[in-house]
Amino acid sequence: MRPFDYRRMADLQPVDQPGDRLIAGGTNLLDLMKLDVEAPRRLLDISRAGQDRITEHEGGLRIGALVTNADCAADPRIRADYPLLAKAILAGASPQLRNKATTGGNLCQRTRCQYFMATDTRCNKRQPGSGCDALQGVNRNHAILGTSEACIATYPGDMAVALTALDATVEVLGQGGTRLIPVAEFHRLPGDDPARDNVLRDDEVITGVTLPEPVAGRQIYRKIRDRSSYAFALVSVGAVIKLREDRIARVALAFGGLAHKPWRDPQTEAILTGQPPSPALFDQAADALLAKAKGRGGNDFKIALARRALAAVLTEATEE
Amino acid sequence: MATTSATLDVNGEAREFQGDPRQTLLDFLRLDLKLTGTKKGCDHGQCGACTVMVNGRRINSCLSLAIMHDGDQITTIEGIGTPENLAAIQRAFVSHDGFQCGYCTPGQICSATAMLKELADGWPSAVTEAVADTPAPSDEELRERMSGNLCRCGAYSNIIAAIREVMQSEEGA
Repeated sequence: MRPFDYRRMADLQPVDQPGDRLIAGGTNLLDLMKLDVEAPRRLLDISRAGQDRITEHEGGLRIGALVTNADCAADPRIRADYPLLAKAILAGASPQLRNKATTGGNLCQRTRCQYFMATDTRCNKRQPGSGCDALQGVNRNHAILGTSEACIATYPGDMAVALTALDATVEVLGQGGTRLIPVAEFHRLPGDDPARDNVLRDDEVITGVTLPEPVAGRQIYRKIRDRSSYAFALVSVGAVIKLREDRIARVALAFGGLAHKPWRDPQTEAILTGQPPSPALFDQAADALLAKAKGRGGNDFKIALARRALAAVLTEATEE
Repeated sequence: MATTSATLDVNGEAREFQGDPRQTLLDFLRLDLKLTGTKKGCDHGQCGACTVMVNGRRINSCLSLAIMHDGDQITTIEGIGTPENLAAIQRAFVSHDGFQCGYCTPGQICSATAMLKELADGWPSAVTEAVADTPAPSDEELRERMSGNLCRCGAYSNIIAAIREVMQSEEGA
């Protein structure tokens, strides 16, 4: 690990010096610092900077940026009204990690692409312009939607997939004041600038996440992975689905493991909305979702897996 | 090189940390305090051998900086029991053969101790059927909740048996 300076922060403030990095739980950042993937000049320790409560907010809830994943998933209000969020958080990492990982930090966690994490390989995210060894390499875990020739990494998290389906908003504080960003627009596609995972500006810090008023309907999180616990998603689906008179009245779907961000597709949702559920309809929805999907060899299986995962979730959500 | 300092409560004793901010809590415990019960396995938060409790909660001490724990209460395996005075969970690991080589055991025991508290507090897990309900302490629940601790000897079924014995004796107490 490279040497760094350390400073404890009493509250959350905009970052004012290049080379400063915020640290809270540290479970991802310290790991990457040990691997020499991250080398901040200074760590600003925000682990005791407040913002560690879940509060009522405009009919919904506001989760402070420093609420741990463990506390969020154990919160009775989250469990009762936003079970999708609790389930997604609990599907990720291990209990030890969830005790440290924070809401803001989890949103900012970096890809687990093995080329990104190994400094003896080429990676445009780690070292812009160096190339991408995943394109022709072992890319079983990589993205099939929204990729570019510069990067096929996935956003690895579960929590943000649930937040995307729940229409949550990220609250950030910068030099210019507070800005609200829908979670669905927080992470970005790699394009020709994969070094940037999300739309946070250099001076901005996440202060919280807000959840809108709870909506009626079934909430499901289905995660498919190589072992049944403590593994990243190959494909995951977060769904909020409301039936009325045997038709799908409202549907929100977000997918993990498929792209550089939690993937939400308005067209897929439009195909399902107002229709009676059926296998043919689910197939049609999957066709829309995966129309532009592109496998790179190792991850070709994800196209079929995503189709089946979507059908399984829609079946579960719409059965009696 | 930057030097930093902090005071940690380790197993009930005030201990000073002074040094390079890069030092992990794990290395501070093992190298500075010579509390070598806590083990370094992968050093990347994947194996759970370094599990300790901080303010009663289990964490991976390899993925945490010592300097970030000023004022925190740290409980290591040395604070849970001693060879002359084993804690119930330690006795249960012995009687159920909850280990073979023993390397993962301190982490397993610290993890299990905190896990039983999480379960008693009604925290759900990924296998809890309805996440809003109080979880039932099934073997499936125990296995899921211990998935952050790997045992490459494969003593898993005996680890679960040891934990279950402690749960049942606590219920009977």
